[in-house]
Amino acid sequence: MYLDNASATRMDERVLEAMKPYFFDLYAVATSEFGYSIGIEAKEALDEARKTIALSVNGSPEEVVFTSGSTESSNLALKGVAKASGKKGRHIIVSTIEDFPVLNSAKALEKQGFEVTYVGVDETGLVDLQQLKDSLTDETILVSIQHANQEIGAIQDIKAIGKICKEHDVLFHTDATHTFTRVPLDVREVQADLVTVSAHTIHGPKGIGGLYIRKGTPLSKVMDGGFQEFNVRAGLENIPGAVGFAKAVELVTPEENTRLKEMRDSLIDQLLSKVPDTVLNGHREKRVPQNANVTFHYVEGESITLHLDMRGFAVSTGSACFSRSLEASHVIMGIGGDHERAHGSVRFTVGRYNTIDEVNAVVEAAAEVVESLRRISPLGK
Amino acid sequence: MKTPYSEIVIEHFKNPRNVGKIEDPDGKSTEGSPACGDMVSVYIKVDEKTKKITDIKFESYGCASNIATGSIITELAKGKTIAEAKKITWKHASEALGGLPPVKAHCSVLAVEGLRAAIQDYEERHGLITEREPTTIEILRKRLKHVMNPLTGLDVVRTELIKDIQLKDGTVKVVVDLSEDHQFAASIKEDIREKIEPLWDVTEVTVEFLD
Repeated sequence: MYLDNASATRMDERVLEAMKPYFFDLYAVATSEFGYSIGIEAKEALDEARKTIALSVNGSPEEVVFTSGSTESSNLALKGVAKASGKKGRHIIVSTIEDFPVLNSAKALEKQGFEVTYVGVDETGLVDLQQLKDSLTDETILVSIQHANQEIGAIQDIKAIGKICKEHDVLFHTDATHTFTRVPLDVREVQADLVTVSAHTIHGPKGIGGLYIRKGTPLSKVMDGGFQEFNVRAGLENIPGAVGFAKAVELVTPEENTRLKEMRDSLIDQLLSKVPDTVLNGHREKRVPQNANVTFHYVEGESITLHLDMRGFAVSTGSACFSRSLEASHVIMGIGGDHERAHGSVRFTVGRYNTIDEVNAVVEAAAEVVESLRRISPLGK
Repeated sequence: MKTPYSEIVIEHFKNPRNVGKIEDPDGKSTEGSPACGDMVSVYIKVDEKTKKITDIKFESYGCASNIATGSIITELAKGKTIAEAKKITWKHASEALGGLPPVKAHCSVLAVEGLRAAIQDYEERHGLITEREPTTIEILRKRLKHVMNPLTGLDVVRTELIKDIQLKDGTVKVVVDLSEDHQFAASIKEDIREKIEPLWDVTEVTVEFLD
């Protein structure tokens, strides 16, 4: 039973069916209108997919470029804007709980001489808007604040952030990897200049994402090659991926999002009521429909996930022992948590293929596992 | 199920031996702290005449390798004299467990330290240790041998990650041969501080990385 849909999702068969022709029949490179038929058809499919992605955020097709996923999109947004800024300004603002593509792009730019301000968040994960305002200077070229958090699901008030940015004539990028199609996003209303989206979180294929780039946004390409994607992102277009991405977008319905939200609420309510000494991470209401994240005090996350894996459940944790860098989750630390809070944090994220029965089963399993681990823990007695 | 852990590790993780507290222990210790991650407590009963460990229990607030190592260490130490038990190393524990993934060395070494600290507690309580030793570079080097290099599962001294150790008036400076943005830099830094800060005459620990 897979409850780690924020990391990756099972692809929908209908997505695969939509992609298939572009592997076996219309596999040509996207040619110009003066190319050959199969290339023109491939180009049309790419344009059609672009249109679907663009319309889903109320943008125009020429404002969307396809990338290899969220990581590339956010790299392109931050580094592309930085590169285009020239001597105009050398200051960038990000939040402390951004996902690694934004956070580490900012750190890389810092090494190149850019100044980066990391704005903090409150205990529910929401960005301190006053601190954001106070951080803006004449030198600021870009604010990059995520739409929702990858671990705790907290949704930022990006409309307010967009407004602040416009008032100061600063570009605004938002990483919408974890909200795309799950939480409405209108780039005109929000006044976002750059938006990172991806297919891997919505039952689409891995290896395809997109970056919305508002018309007129100064942005230099960061990878050299041909003139594809409006000369912003070089490289042979991943047409099957783009077609699959568009199909995945079309398949998400408001009804599905409501169903995910019901499962999420049930998860949160049950975990908090059935497992003693458990706290919620992130905001209770302002959170994506698919995310529940709690800390079970006095026990360690990797032990919990391993026990749950033995019982057939896949979930993830913010514990240092589970991470590739052996560091505790910077998100849990960012919301004012300590190592202990990160140590016992477990993220459950639901998707299209989960059922309420699975939710009930994982709660029951988690309660048993936590109880047995607490019996051997020196804490909490 | 796919896991990097050996069958023995999984078995001890699922059914840890000698779990719990000893109400009236002859020696006890708690290594690590909730603030920095894993934590393990060890309790021992020692026969005064034979100096043999007659009973041993442990508690763990840690990951699978921490729990499994705590479990195996109690089995290895039970029935041994404290002199013998002091010689049990992380390597012995790891071998008895059928091997541990290198990246997990630092979580599991805590249990071995817990055993040694419990024995030391026993010795201190029973007047077997007299003077507190002042910290020297050699002692620091010895402590740093408990900081594991997650790349190899071997300690940072042996893998030559420690470029320099300085000690002056209770202030310790350790220079690590890694760049600051290395994947494990933050973890190693924290580990080094954790191992050196408890020394009674150390007041400040700084860890520096190379560019």
